[in-house]
Amino acid sequence: MAVATEVEKSESKLIPWTARLQKMPWWALILVLLGALTVYFILISPTYQDAFLFLISGVRLTILVSFVSFVVALILGLVLGLGRVSKNVVFYTISSLYVEVVRGIPILVLLIYFAYVLTPVALQALNALGAVMLRSDAIGPLMGFAERLASLNIQDVDMLIRAIIGLAFAYAAFEAEVFRAGIQSIERGQMEAARSLGMSYFQGMRYIILPQAIRRVLPPLGNDFISMLKDSSLISVLAVRELTHLGKLNRARTFRTFETWNTVAFLYLILTLSLSVLVKFMERRMAFEE
Amino acid sequence: MKSSNVHDQGSARAVESLTADDDIIIMEQVCKSFGKTQALIDASLRVKKGEVCLIFGPSGGGKSTLLRCINHLERPDSGTIIVDGIPVSDAKTNIDLVRAEVGMVFQLFNLFPHLTVLGNVTIAQEKVRRRSKEEAEQVARQLLERVGIPEKADAYPGQLSGGQKQRVAIARALAMNPKIMLFDEPTSALDPEMIKEVLDVMLDLAKEGMTMVVVSHEMGFAKAAADRMVFLEGGGVIEEGTPEELFASPKEERTKLFLSQILE
Repeated sequence: MAVATEVEKSESKLIPWTARLQKMPWWALILVLLGALTVYFILISPTYQDAFLFLISGVRLTILVSFVSFVVALILGLVLGLGRVSKNVVFYTISSLYVEVVRGIPILVLLIYFAYVLTPVALQALNALGAVMLRSDAIGPLMGFAERLASLNIQDVDMLIRAIIGLAFAYAAFEAEVFRAGIQSIERGQMEAARSLGMSYFQGMRYIILPQAIRRVLPPLGNDFISMLKDSSLISVLAVRELTHLGKLNRARTFRTFETWNTVAFLYLILTLSLSVLVKFMERRMAFEE
Repeated sequence: MKSSNVHDQGSARAVESLTADDDIIIMEQVCKSFGKTQALIDASLRVKKGEVCLIFGPSGGGKSTLLRCINHLERPDSGTIIVDGIPVSDAKTNIDLVRAEVGMVFQLFNLFPHLTVLGNVTIAQEKVRRRSKEEAEQVARQLLERVGIPEKADAYPGQLSGGQKQRVAIARALAMNPKIMLFDEPTSALDPEMIKEVLDVMLDLAKEGMTMVVVSHEMGFAKAAADRMVFLEGGGVIEEGTPEELFASPKEERTKLFLSQILE
């Protein structure tokens, strides 16, 4: 008996080669191969090369838009998230209204609405304000400012700015919910301990709750950043010359549908995959013993 | 008689009439309910300066609620609470000022996991007491020495044992130089071998004349340090007296029954 079990043991150490093959990260291998293939095409095929060189400036704009929008969305989202856990009725109501409305509208519709409805309306309001200020005499040093307000033109507001703000406003609603969930995931005792030491609610939030909550929500925030990078393709409807819009232009210019969209998809993948590596790295660095 | 007067008069008069003697904590007819459960029904408690008061009783009896009403972590539905001459239950009182004078130690420690031990003990000193970083750290290191874990200053709470965590929590509360210390079952979440190290720190504190209100069933601590024991059941104070009185000859049948159960 004893001999038999020993034999079994020594055999069980050997994992059959089929099982080993099953454990290989095939998806990563295939991905790398496909990537290498695309790079190869870009290097040897003039059509691909042409598409690549045309599209690369769109990559820059895509990164810029995603980054700026996300920073704005984070700040606005944090404020809204604090509103969602606030006992102040006004603050809570405004935040909740914003989150529920914005989350319920497709981002594409939000972008169009912001760029073509809200911006002109806001501009008209500013024009009217400037006109009123000009008519009253007591403005003095604000004269120049009033004149500028009154003469603001819709063309002065760049589509890029409208796209960035529109995207940020849309994502602020999601980030608000992420922050709310993070804040609520911190045990009640933490705020009680902070308050029992004489800290105000604000101090407790600032020094005790938020540092913990933000660490906890880093993974979902990272995911949202990657989502935003992908959703930045939606601003192509505002004719901002980011990657997707340049893809459309390149296809119209060369009639090379296949090569164009292959390259566009490839470039997006490069961006999102390197971002997810970056996010994982940051999560590991920010982790702490709980 | 006295308590009924309190309700008839305005709270300003109440403060005046009640703070005549040296009671540092005065609770009169405090009521608190959570939904349909009445946690406190007309509970009254007075603690003198320098006194160690031990609150005990069955779970659900309102011990923790009573303690948490003292620094307003629970807002009482009615009744008067005066701490160090300040009416806590008054809406106009800045409760943060009262809380800075009242240290609290929790059953589950509630240390801040993202800060080191030193950070835990210094943060409120810096943000509330406005002490400089150097001064706060000096105070913190002295206190860590006092609770017996100076070597853990740079560790994170996650790296400490339960007993060490609770001693850090005591140091954190003491760093604010409180006039009163509240302990909410400080040893209930500890492994048996760690209870002593926490109780020793509390005993030292009691010897130094700190006013302490302790919710606990550590009868050894009660005998050694408590000036007074308060038996709480069903949201009200059933009986109070010195440990000698209560252990030797409890007046109420319920006190006798409860004590016999936990002393077995």
